[in-house]
Amino acid sequence: MDTLTQLGHGFAVAFTPVNLLWCLLGTTLGTAIGVLPGLGPALTIALLLPITYQVAPEASFILFAGIYYGAMYGGSTTSILLNTPGESATIVTALEGNKMARSGRGGAALATSAIGSFVAGTLGTLGVAFLAPVVVKFALAFGPAEYFSLMVLAFITVSAVLGSSAVRGLSSLFLGFVIGMIGVDLQTGQPRFTFGMTELLDGVDVIIAAVGLFAVGETLYVASRRYSGKDEIVPLRGSLYMTAQEWSRSWKAWIRGALIGFPIGAMPAGGAEIPTFLSYAIEKKLSKHKEEFGTVGAIEGVAGPEAANNASAAGVLVPMLTLGLPTSATAAIMLSAFQSYGINPGPLLLTTQSNLVWGLIASLFIANVILVILNLPLIGLWVRLLKIPAPQLYAGILVFSTVGTYGISQSPIDLIVLYLLGGVGFLMRRFDFPTAPVIIGMILGPLAEAQFRRAMTISNGDWTVFYTHPLSLTLLILAFIGLAGPFIWGYVERRRLKGQEAIPGDA
Amino acid sequence: MSISDEDGAHPRVAMPELLLGIGFLACAGAVLWQTLAIPVSPLYSKVGPKVFPYITFGGMLILALLLILSAVRGGWQQEEEKETPTDWRSMSFVVAGLVANLVLIQPLGFTAASVVMFTLVCYGFGSRRPIRDALLGLVLALAAYFGFAKALGVNIGAGIIENQLNAAIAALTGTIGG
Repeated sequence: MDTLTQLGHGFAVAFTPVNLLWCLLGTTLGTAIGVLPGLGPALTIALLLPITYQVAPEASFILFAGIYYGAMYGGSTTSILLNTPGESATIVTALEGNKMARSGRGGAALATSAIGSFVAGTLGTLGVAFLAPVVVKFALAFGPAEYFSLMVLAFITVSAVLGSSAVRGLSSLFLGFVIGMIGVDLQTGQPRFTFGMTELLDGVDVIIAAVGLFAVGETLYVASRRYSGKDEIVPLRGSLYMTAQEWSRSWKAWIRGALIGFPIGAMPAGGAEIPTFLSYAIEKKLSKHKEEFGTVGAIEGVAGPEAANNASAAGVLVPMLTLGLPTSATAAIMLSAFQSYGINPGPLLLTTQSNLVWGLIASLFIANVILVILNLPLIGLWVRLLKIPAPQLYAGILVFSTVGTYGISQSPIDLIVLYLLGGVGFLMRRFDFPTAPVIIGMILGPLAEAQFRRAMTISNGDWTVFYTHPLSLTLLILAFIGLAGPFIWGYVERRRLKGQEAIPGDA
Repeated sequence: MSISDEDGAHPRVAMPELLLGIGFLACAGAVLWQTLAIPVSPLYSKVGPKVFPYITFGGMLILALLLILSAVRGGWQQEEEKETPTDWRSMSFVVAGLVANLVLIQPLGFTAASVVMFTLVCYGFGSRRPIRDALLGLVLALAAYFGFAKALGVNIGAGIIENQLNAAIAALTGTIGG
């Protein structure tokens, strides 16, 4: 009941004409950058961070949330028509969606993904509204030791458990720690990792890191891969209306996708890839039209993963708003926007900034409605964006990167740092290192350090606090299982296989 | 490390990955060097500013060794990625564009530097109409300067082009207002 009252207040905030305009602007921009390959929500929000000096927190978070949701909608259009996932979370959509487009059912694929995104996005946002107060009650009992252990768990899950390699994921994370530590230590005032340069005393701005890794690194990577085949845009054929059969095949997949996506997104692990793959596997298993998977394209294979993707995007907001724990690059950059307002996301956020939080949640409902309108009747507009040729697109991205970076302090040093990080981003892309853990490590690393030192100060330098508190111990054990589990499992598996080989003649 | 990293009947040392691992080891070394350089006040005896850097160094050291081990066992890159040749020509034009932007942005201002960068990057990506690209770059840079930067209240370096235009706008609004 309390949640509904609060949500009512939230709608009062979100329904002011100015905030509706911010929402419209965010969703439109978000869809555009979602459609364009090479641009993502993390990069866009980073470039727009300076807006936090200009407008009220409500306005900028409504804008950012619109971009965040919009990019999820727009990304699926690119996956379906171009077979190049616009976002990592829409890889699975490309599998079946592109097949559908090629067999002339692109309209239905776009429709099921837009409506599925709406259904799952709305369910996910409801989930945020009702789950957030519950998590807050739980989180109020957290002390610094528990927070530190929770962050360790999040570090392990975002870098080691999700993704193709624990070693590479952790390497990215530690690189983020180093970048995050550059500058003056806030507790003692000592400079760290500055290599004696005064320009580095203020630290590396998150804008520079995000733009360097996601824009400059990506541009260099795409330039280096020009030999690999070009993707062709599948012309949009077939009506956007779904037949009765397509509806009946879609709606269960939407609900299942949302039910898979939201809890995984809301866990302090985050990531939209796992739920989309999971949903795809389940839909393939349950489908009565298995022959369509991988051939002409099955509509369930689009509907389920798209719903899972959007629901998990909503879920990620739960740890972000209630614990101050970002589990995706975009959430980490949003956290730095909170910091720029001097607001610390955490369990107190819902009470101290209730207008902001509930206004944000209410605007997410509105954003979903705007997005389904933007992405169905106006789909032709977005398809045209796909025709922007790559040379001008990437050159333009670099121009905007310069605005965002050079605008911070008009210092060429910032551009040098940007290009260095761009080079790092290129190598990471080329050698299959995930980039999101760098941003998460950079933002969350200093926060984890602060909690660690606070816990140690309270305990008078006694290390045992981290494992004598039961909750903290549980979180650390979970983190250890996440880190060591796959290695042990792999070892056991190999032993088993070797054992079989050792017995000749054994069938 | 996933299990698939380690199959392959004849593991051969993968040079690019090995260099990368050694590079990461060097980064760990730099972290240690900078950690030792952190001045610590003797009054501050609890957990000081060095503890986390040391933990980071330890983690990076282990990870660098694991990366090197994986490289020696044949590397982790997928065949598809390995077989695609790197387009050095295209990349060097993009890098030239970035460097030109860095060098020119102070003397010439944001717009002029952006036009040079835009044209070079387009050329690197295979566009062969530099004059059209330069004009496009000019329009985009001006849009970025007047729209994006002014709207966000970001101050980006003004140069010849911006000053002329700002003067023109001031003159124009002056005549209308006056």
